[in-house]
Amino acid sequence: MPATPFPVDRTRSEHLAALRAELESARAQRGPALPFGVAMLDDRLADGGLDGAGLHEIAAASASLNDDAAATLFAAGIAARFAAGSGFTVLWALSKFDLYAPGIEQAGLGPAKILYAQGRKDADVLALAEDGLRDGSLACIIAEVKAADQTATRRLQLAASDGRTPMLLYRRHRSRERCPLDTPSSAMTRWRIGCAPSMPLPHTGVGRSRWSVELARQRGGNPFSLELEACDATGRLALPAAAADRAVAAVRATSHAA
Amino acid sequence: MAVDDDPGACSVPLGGGWRPGARWARDGTLAPRPDAAAIDALPAHQRPTMREMGRRSEPAEHPFKAMPPDEAMPGTTPIAASTRSSAWGRPTVLIARTGQREVVTAACPLALELGLRPGMAAAHARALVGDLDVREAEPEKDEGFLDQLALHAVARWTPAASVASPDGLWLDLSGTTHLFGGEARFCRRLLTFMRRLGFTATVAIAGTPGAAHALARHGGEAITILPPGSEGEAIADLPLAALRLQPDALAAAGRFGLERIADLYPMPRGPLAKRLGLAAVERLDQARGALAEPIVPVIPFEAPEAERRLLEPIGTADAINQVIGDLIDDLVSQLQARGLGLRTAILTCLVVDGAEQRIAIGTACATRDARHLTRMLAMRVERIDPGLGIEAMMLVTPRVEPLQPQALDACLGGESRAPDLAPLVDQLGGRVGEDALFRLAAVESDVPERGFCRANPLATPDGWPAWTRPARLLRRPERLANVIALLPDHPPRRFSWRGTAYRVVAGDGPERIHGEWWRTPREMWAVRDYFRVEAGGGNRFWIFRRGDGVEAPTGDFSWYMHGLFG
Repeated sequence: MPATPFPVDRTRSEHLAALRAELESARAQRGPALPFGVAMLDDRLADGGLDGAGLHEIAAASASLNDDAAATLFAAGIAARFAAGSGFTVLWALSKFDLYAPGIEQAGLGPAKILYAQGRKDADVLALAEDGLRDGSLACIIAEVKAADQTATRRLQLAASDGRTPMLLYRRHRSRERCPLDTPSSAMTRWRIGCAPSMPLPHTGVGRSRWSVELARQRGGNPFSLELEACDATGRLALPAAAADRAVAAVRATSHAA
Repeated sequence: MAVDDDPGACSVPLGGGWRPGARWARDGTLAPRPDAAAIDALPAHQRPTMREMGRRSEPAEHPFKAMPPDEAMPGTTPIAASTRSSAWGRPTVLIARTGQREVVTAACPLALELGLRPGMAAAHARALVGDLDVREAEPEKDEGFLDQLALHAVARWTPAASVASPDGLWLDLSGTTHLFGGEARFCRRLLTFMRRLGFTATVAIAGTPGAAHALARHGGEAITILPPGSEGEAIADLPLAALRLQPDALAAAGRFGLERIADLYPMPRGPLAKRLGLAAVERLDQARGALAEPIVPVIPFEAPEAERRLLEPIGTADAINQVIGDLIDDLVSQLQARGLGLRTAILTCLVVDGAEQRIAIGTACATRDARHLTRMLAMRVERIDPGLGIEAMMLVTPRVEPLQPQALDACLGGESRAPDLAPLVDQLGGRVGEDALFRLAAVESDVPERGFCRANPLATPDGWPAWTRPARLLRRPERLANVIALLPDHPPRRFSWRGTAYRVVAGDGPERIHGEWWRTPREMWAVRDYFRVEAGGGNRFWIFRRGDGVEAPTGDFSWYMHGLFG
């Protein structure tokens, strides 16, 4: 937005009000944000949710395949909530196919809602995502890439705001040490998802999964990290129960293993 | 000589035993043996037996050699191998089943020679001819072939041709036979053509379709060419059935003693129409030319196409795009007029030096959206090599589908309609190939890696049962090491995978999945017991054990990692 020169005689509060009005109008152009439905999360996000016409990056907290699966389900849950209406479709562009569709369906993204597109390399995947974004007929786009530089993310961000379609860029780990979110990017938000121990049940069995959700960077807000319960069948996250309940069963977890 | 030892004079001992009726004594000498030609001329049942011919044995025929049918009449010349049925060397009939009854509908020349006729019961035909090849009639296929033949006629011989069910074709030859060297020559060519296809045919050319129909079927000659105006005399001697009368009209005519068409000529028309029906009088008038009977020609389907010949050769992408836009506009107006949508289009560019450049597009569902088609062709323009310049461009559509307006399903409440994905699918398919776009659909199989298959990108498949399943599946299950587990139905306490030791804090299971014995015998007893386990630190895995933990044939109780939960 062009910086409008303000008259010198205006007071500071008038300056602030004018700036806020401009921000509001810019935000209104971007369209409504999708809230997570978890107050602790939405309050800390600058838009009160995920921008429906922007680029969001998601990566696993570590190179382990468990964190990878958690980040996949996190992305699938967001996409499922963007595509909640009937007839909406999510494009999932990727280069190496190892998703298990019955598991993705349990995050709310059924087979009738996903259109898979398999490119040969990352450049194909990014081009597919950009085509999908500019078309504007999709509810959400997920692209799995190993590498995407600042130019690529900038293009995706522009295409997302042009086509008014949310874009989830899933960054896979290339090597064990380096986090893919270390490189600069134009994303609105950057998330890092990892597995956390689930709450032990009073009987045998595995409880609802928990993730450590870390917002590594966001535009217009501060980073934070939370521990949340994994997506349910409609892709909604939940806040874990109060910590008081947790201490009770954590006495001897191994006794519930068998 | 005490005894008569001359057997040549008489073999009967002297002094008794002579019987007046003995065969050898009937006329003194044996009957002269008939020669082979005379025997061959006799019908089969009158030929002398082998014993009568005085031979005790003869070399047996090779049992696997094809034997001529012994019912064949002597003296018949073998039928020329002009028909398909005789290629097998066996009499063949086609039968149709009506209720419990099987009726012969057609017979090959061999079978006709043996006295089999269409209309007789199949059991009767089988009884008459032992070595009979009986096949089911397929009238739909016959009709399909006739349709094909009519389309061929429209393309090659005359613009007006149609099928005369069940076994004929009408060809309107007005003004076309001179292209083939006259009517007689055309008829000969037609017969040769049919013979090459394996059919016998009869052709009649007459001034009216009715007369031609009657002469072709009942005239008895392969080629009949009537001079104009002589239809009435030509068909006078033919039976009434030649007039295409209804069966009840034929029966009525039979009761009145009318047999030939000429019998109808002197009769007053009023009573005739009363007795035989008005349709019969109309047929008679049509055959004689008093009433018009136009041939309704079949119209072959012509795929819409557009062509532009250019004044000057073009070579730039802009110019090519301009021509593509014009071609698409032409094509879309044709498609719109005919209610069609395009599935495949091929753009052919004729280059000045005679070479052809082609690019093809396919669409995911039928469309005639000019903007979309132009964009899809423009995506591929760079594959055209204009060389010295393109002088003509053609757009043909090998595959089109009907595309009619669709009723909007209830969107009166104000909710927006689901967006149309087909243009996007075409665009993405143009970028990475159509195979790279897919959906996953459920397959009825409990084995996890067989539970899905790829589906059409525009399909809306159903989901899977709600058993807990991981988000990512390993391509192949990986063997776990150092597993400590209680058998038969407890998850392991600890295991190592990819060099890391895990201690399990919680587990769910087992979920037993049996092998699919109908696929391979190795899976007859195979069992997998799946467990969902959580290791320390929140890592959740999907692991299984081969075997049920009790019976050895179900598996070797080894443990595998198969998937990862989030």
